[in-house]
Parts: sequence; structure tokens; C-alpha cells
Amino acid sequence: MAWIDLKNDLPGIRGPMIYRPDTGAILNDLAEALLHDENNSLSRGDRELIGAYVSSENDCFFCQNVHGAMAGYYYEKDMPFIETVKKDFQQADISEKLKSLLTIAGSVQTGGKNVTQEQIENAIKQGATDREIHDTVLIAAAFSMFNRYVDGLNTWAPQDLQVYVDRAPMRAREGYSQAGLTK
Amino acid sequence: MAYIEVEEGVPGIRSLFNFRPETGKPLCELAELLLRGPSPLSSAERELIAAYVSNRNGCMFCRNSHAAAARCWYGDKKDIVDELLQDQTANSLSLKMKALLLIAGKVQVSGKSVQPEDIEAARKAGANDTDIHDTVLIAASFSMFNRYVDGLDSYTPTGEAAYEEMGKRMQTKGYHI
Repeated sequence: MAWIDLKNDLPGIRGPMIYRPDTGAILNDLAEALLHDENNSLSRGDRELIGAYVSSENDCFFCQNVHGAMAGYYYEKDMPFIETVKKDFQQADISEKLKSLLTIAGSVQTGGKNVTQEQIENAIKQGATDREIHDTVLIAAAFSMFNRYVDGLNTWAPQDLQVYVDRAPMRAREGYSQAGLTK
Repeated sequence: MAYIEVEEGVPGIRSLFNFRPETGKPLCELAELLLRGPSPLSSAERELIAAYVSNRNGCMFCRNSHAAAARCWYGDKKDIVDELLQDQTANSLSLKMKALLLIAGKVQVSGKSVQPEDIEAARKAGANDTDIHDTVLIAASFSMFNRYVDGLDSYTPTGEAAYEEMGKRMQTKGYHI
């Protein structure tokens, strides 16, 4: 049960987004620009994975599974694969470039000041552009917000992972702009 | 020097908004709505929560600019801002604000650290659902803004004068790209 009366029974961030639709719409616009907009040299799968990884580090069940399922959908991989990335991405079957970006995202999750010059240099060496580094930092920062919004209000989350997997194709098709604000 | 190539001399988050206006737009809109839009909390109180969370995150750009904005809004009572940032509490704050700042401080650590008794205490001190919602989202959003500014090592001006100017602009003009 959420700490406040959200006047709806939708799970995760969708509850407070409908409770306060004006901020909800802006949060959706941010998610759309960061995760779904096609004008980006990082794939949608990579961006969703960064969101899922940060959410996992923040122990936010709802966000890590929504965005883990999204990454899995784009990658055409199952949830156990996403789990291996969240658990130990250095050993996972992903590119060295993505590993270098996840390292930066992991630092941002613990605190902005924890990102080091070496981490940035390594990402650049692996081929990351300024814009990709920017987006990685902002995705990690944005999930530091989304996770706190979801858990700070104690919203509920479906426990069956299949629920997240089943919703992913619809979200991939429609994007985030109207997400959660309509049933 | 920031980690990415942004316009020289443009401070903090402003340089990042210019670098990527597509994300700058919703970020500005969020700040405008949360700190200056409709809320049972005054803009002074909301800027204070923002400065408090930024201070706990050690983000000097956000701390100094939002503290400056809070001082503008508090006017004669502006000492409350520095009292809070130095001592983590301020005697002249209302019981309700004290309880909401406690929740904001928990959210700064993590969403899950908010406990039912924290919410209970805020309600006893007169906070309603909207007060609590807005406090949690302001604290959560500054957990983002602070990480964005410091994670890219953006330029942080030193000296009170720069922030005083910023605070005035934030109070009178608000947050626009």
C-alpha cells in the first residue's frame, strides 16, 4: 500500500503519475527523450539496460523489471540474461563500450562526484561520444529519481516477471509520451 | 572543465541544457512545476527542500543556487536557510516542515529508507497527501539534478555574488530553457 491515497490502483510509477498527471506528463517526456527517441547513437536496448542496471543497484523492483524487460525485448534476450548483466556486467556478453558506460552509470547511482576522469577516458577509448556519455549520466541520474519516487511513496509492484515481459512490446511500440496516463 | 565539451563559462546545469535541449526542456519544466507550480507548500519551502537535499548530496552548484532562491522567497526570514544548511535543522521551522525535511532526507539516501513512522509523524504535524507527494518528488528530482550536474563535472562558480544573482532570477523568472 502506498503511503498516500493515490486514488488509483495502478502499479509502480503509474500510480503517482495518475495521481499528479502534470508532473507525470513531464516525467514521461523525459523518459521518451532518453529511452525511446530514435535520434540517438545508443540503441534503445542499451539505454533501457542502463536504466534497469541503475534500478537494480537501487533495489527498485518495479523499475528494474519494467526496463529489464524492455531491454530484453529490444535485444531479443530473456529475463535471465538481463539478470546476469545486473549481477555482474563485466562478465556478461555485452560490448566493452557498454561495460564502460555501465561503469559510469554505476558511479552516478552512488553519487555524481564518484564519476572519475579515468572512467570517462575509458569510455572514450571504447568509442563513446560526448553525447553518449551525457545520455548515460542523465539516464543514471533520472533513474535515481524514478526509483526514489516509486519506492519513496511505497507503491506496489507485480511480482510475476511475465507481467513485465508481456507489456514490453506495447511500450516499445507506443513509447513513453502517453505512458501510464491512460489505462 | 566538464567531462564533455560544453560551452565555456556557462555554469552548472545551464551548460548541460544547452548541450542537449531535448532533455533540457522536460528538466526545466519539471523544476518550474515542482518549485513554482501549484502546491500546498510555498515556493520558499520547496526551494528549501531542494537546497537541503542538494547540500546532503554535496552538490555545491544546486545547493548554492537553490539556497539563494530560498533566501529570496523567505525575505526577512532568510536566516532560516543558512541555519538549516549548517545545522541540519532550524528552530524556527514549523513542525510540519521539520517532518517533511526528514522525509526528504530519507529519500536522498534511498526511496526505501522512508518508514511508516516518518509518514505518520508528518501527518501528525499537519502534512496532507499532496505535501508528502511533492516532498518525495522534489527530493527524488534533486537526487537526479545533483547527479547530472556533478556526474558530468559541470562548471560550478565560486563566490556568493554569482548565486545571489541566480537566486533572484530563479525567484522572479523561474526555470526556462
